[in-house]
Amino acid sequence: MKHPLLAFLLLVALALPARAQDALTAALEGLGTGFNQTAEAVDRLGASGDPRALPLLRALTEGRLLRRADGTLLIRGEAGVIEALAGAPAEAAEASPVRLNNRVRVALRGALGRLQLLSPDAAERQAAADAVFRSRSADNVAVLETALGRETVPAIRDRLLLALAASRLMASDLADKMAGIAALGASASPEARAVLLEMRGANPGLAAQIDEAVAAVDRRLAIRRAAETVFQGLSLGSVLLLAALGLAVTFGVMGVINMAHGEFVMLGAYTTFIVQEALRTIPALQPWSLPLAVPIAFLVTAACGAALERGLIRHLYGRPLETLLMTFGVGMMIQQAVRLAFGAQNREIISPAWMQGTLMLPGGVAVTQNRLWILVFSLVVLGLTVAAIRLTRFGLEMRAVTQKRAIAASMGIRTGRVDALTFAFGSGIAGIAGVALSQIDNVSPNLGTGYIIDSFLVVVFGGVGSLAGTLVGAFGLGTINKILEPWAGAVLAKVFVLVAVMLFIQRKPRGLFAQKGRAADA
Amino acid sequence: MIHRMPITRRAALAGLGTVLATPAIRPSFAQSAPIKVGVLHSLSGTMAISETALRDTVLMMVEAQNAAGGILGRRLEAVVVDPASNWPLFAEKARELLAVSKVDVTFGCWTSVSRKSVLPVYEELNGLLFYPVQYEGEEESKNIFYTGAAPNQQAIPAVEYLLSADGGEAKRIALLGTDYVYPRTTNRILRNFLISKGIPESDIMEEYTPFGHSDWQGIVSRVKRFAGEGKKTAIVSTINGDANVPFYRELGNQGIKAEDIPSVAFSVGEEELAGIDARPLVGHLAAWNYFMSVESPVNTQFKALWQSYIKNPRRVTNDPMEATYTGFKMWAQAVAKAGTTSVDAVRTAMIGQKVDAPCGYTEEMHANHHLSKPVMIGEIQADGQFNIVWKTPTAIPAENWSPFIPENANRRRG
Repeated sequence: MKHPLLAFLLLVALALPARAQDALTAALEGLGTGFNQTAEAVDRLGASGDPRALPLLRALTEGRLLRRADGTLLIRGEAGVIEALAGAPAEAAEASPVRLNNRVRVALRGALGRLQLLSPDAAERQAAADAVFRSRSADNVAVLETALGRETVPAIRDRLLLALAASRLMASDLADKMAGIAALGASASPEARAVLLEMRGANPGLAAQIDEAVAAVDRRLAIRRAAETVFQGLSLGSVLLLAALGLAVTFGVMGVINMAHGEFVMLGAYTTFIVQEALRTIPALQPWSLPLAVPIAFLVTAACGAALERGLIRHLYGRPLETLLMTFGVGMMIQQAVRLAFGAQNREIISPAWMQGTLMLPGGVAVTQNRLWILVFSLVVLGLTVAAIRLTRFGLEMRAVTQKRAIAASMGIRTGRVDALTFAFGSGIAGIAGVALSQIDNVSPNLGTGYIIDSFLVVVFGGVGSLAGTLVGAFGLGTINKILEPWAGAVLAKVFVLVAVMLFIQRKPRGLFAQKGRAADA
Repeated sequence: MIHRMPITRRAALAGLGTVLATPAIRPSFAQSAPIKVGVLHSLSGTMAISETALRDTVLMMVEAQNAAGGILGRRLEAVVVDPASNWPLFAEKARELLAVSKVDVTFGCWTSVSRKSVLPVYEELNGLLFYPVQYEGEEESKNIFYTGAAPNQQAIPAVEYLLSADGGEAKRIALLGTDYVYPRTTNRILRNFLISKGIPESDIMEEYTPFGHSDWQGIVSRVKRFAGEGKKTAIVSTINGDANVPFYRELGNQGIKAEDIPSVAFSVGEEELAGIDARPLVGHLAAWNYFMSVESPVNTQFKALWQSYIKNPRRVTNDPMEATYTGFKMWAQAVAKAGTTSVDAVRTAMIGQKVDAPCGYTEEMHANHHLSKPVMIGEIQADGQFNIVWKTPTAIPAENWSPFIPENANRRRG
């Protein structure tokens, strides 16, 4: 009794995959012969819903799917080359990779998404939900409902609901469409808004409902957009702050117009590059190359600063015009020296993984990770600078020398040494700024030239000699720039800011935070 | 010069050694004066990233030509100057090359603003300039040969591709560029072209940024918003120089994938991609007339020549280098045909010159001083090379006076 049944089941089990294999093989027709044929084959594989197509689709995405001249498809894996679907080892000779274009990639994303909706891996399911949302097709409604029934992670459920709503909007049934519009209108997602607008043309009868849903999304998005603009302003401000902070010490406190300041920033960025290259041989330390570069860059540029101060600048104290021209020349020499040593090409700085991509803050505000870290970093550097000036003996001597040099000297402070240290300190901060800027700008010999004008602008606007002024000046100018940019464009926004600062300086020549009392006359 | 210098024993010995060693390896040259080849490319400043490779290309060609016996039995001598990415300095250096060094030909310039700056000098002193970069057109000078693409050989086919089914059927276009003459003119042509294709003004966005712009967050998020209006959107980038690196990095960080918003760039080649991690950019496009990944026998030779000259097997080649190579070959052929380096004779001999270019096509110099060129569209790959996804079947002649600039359209020559 048992045996015939078992035999029957065995037969079915053997026959089923064989038939499915046939269907899958048929779906492969044309894959790799041309972009359009490949895209169509990928669509068919996705529609089959057969998870055995997954390895093939993944291989195609990663460029590991090969096609032999006889039409056989092969997958190149770590273990060697195997035949797609059949899995038998194969010869890769005369096989060339199946090529992709954006049309194939769009098809791939939809097919992979559909097949991975029920994957055991949560990250895969989330990506799948997003992909199905983007590819939206009425055929996906059933599989999305199954996936929703099983899903327990709330974030993925939200995405699945959006994907379901978008897919329903594609259905022919009016009630389904209305449900889709309502669900999309209840979200705060720019993508949902885009889908609604896209469907508006195809459904003239539903235009009123769609407009209402879009307006509802817009209301939720307005706050988020304002928050994003403010973040962008703060981020630009943090870059300005970093670039200007060293100058706030050398120009603000010491009164030295150092036109080579930008070149110190550039040297800091190149130090980052050297540290990164040096750590290539030690894989364990590689993710830490950026934090490690910070103290090294500080020391390197501080040493350069001290050499510049002792060697040249101290002979020109009290002669600002000569100092300006001399440091300008030194800046050009540093630039050309770096160009000769490293070449004119940009140097590639690899961003650590924790600085890539976008971070979603609560409320759906999207901020880019690298900018966020630089914002935090700039505030830390500012805090340390203030602490060094306020709390340390070096800071005390520095303030004493800048306020009344003669009295400080008579109190036994070696003013020459303090001058050198102060200048080295300011230059070191510029080097630290270079480490941060290497993450968002090109590491090239002319990295610094773009920042020198902005730095002076910030220091003068904020009030010479005031770190608080530098902070407010940097964030103020950054935010104003970003608010103006959408209206005026990037070029005009900069011009407006420049004109505004000029008018402001006319009214208040000492800047936002003017030094008062005896120190102001020093 | 030489006889004024004191001749030390060591120099004399070295000189003797050279004289003794040369005849075996190198062809000997007649006593006539060398042919002087001016090189007018920025070796410092913001354009140095792009232009230093072109100087090296010219020097490589000079060396190769000398190894092959020079031209008309005369040796070639390169005269290199550095205009330092400073546009007025370009004019001064051009005058120096023509009036002081008395060069027979110049290879130089990258940005259109530098070319516009030297053009009057070449016309006044009747010099000969080979300009190797794609540009906005609307120009023709008897003293300049343009070996890069005109808009109809790059910009317009690229935008047509974006509008086609293969390119994703874009319905809205964001035109992003650096603020100077090339992007502004090209975008003016493209705007008129898009309108002629039935795309309304409201679906075209245009933004300009200064040279070396690094803070792209605002613009990229505006493009994202522009794309979120329910129509398939594509970016057309005329961003020049190293501002491209932070631009692409921002695209990657804000999660803009080529499947959603493809971008096509006119000034990003292999050399520019060498400075960045290209993985987030896979699928974004560039339009050129040559890619390093072209498979042709001439390209194989060209790449081998370059990498052995520069002594680095990983250095890349790019489109303006190929245009420099092609221009140099044509000039050498024209000098040989004219039998003299006299500018007027060479200019006449140039017209109709053909060269098998590394792009795999035969390029011909036409009477409008522009080349016929094939158009190729490549997708960025993870290794910084391009995968060619579309190309024209034949080389197409240049329309340097664009029909999409109404006031100049009638200046076209047949």
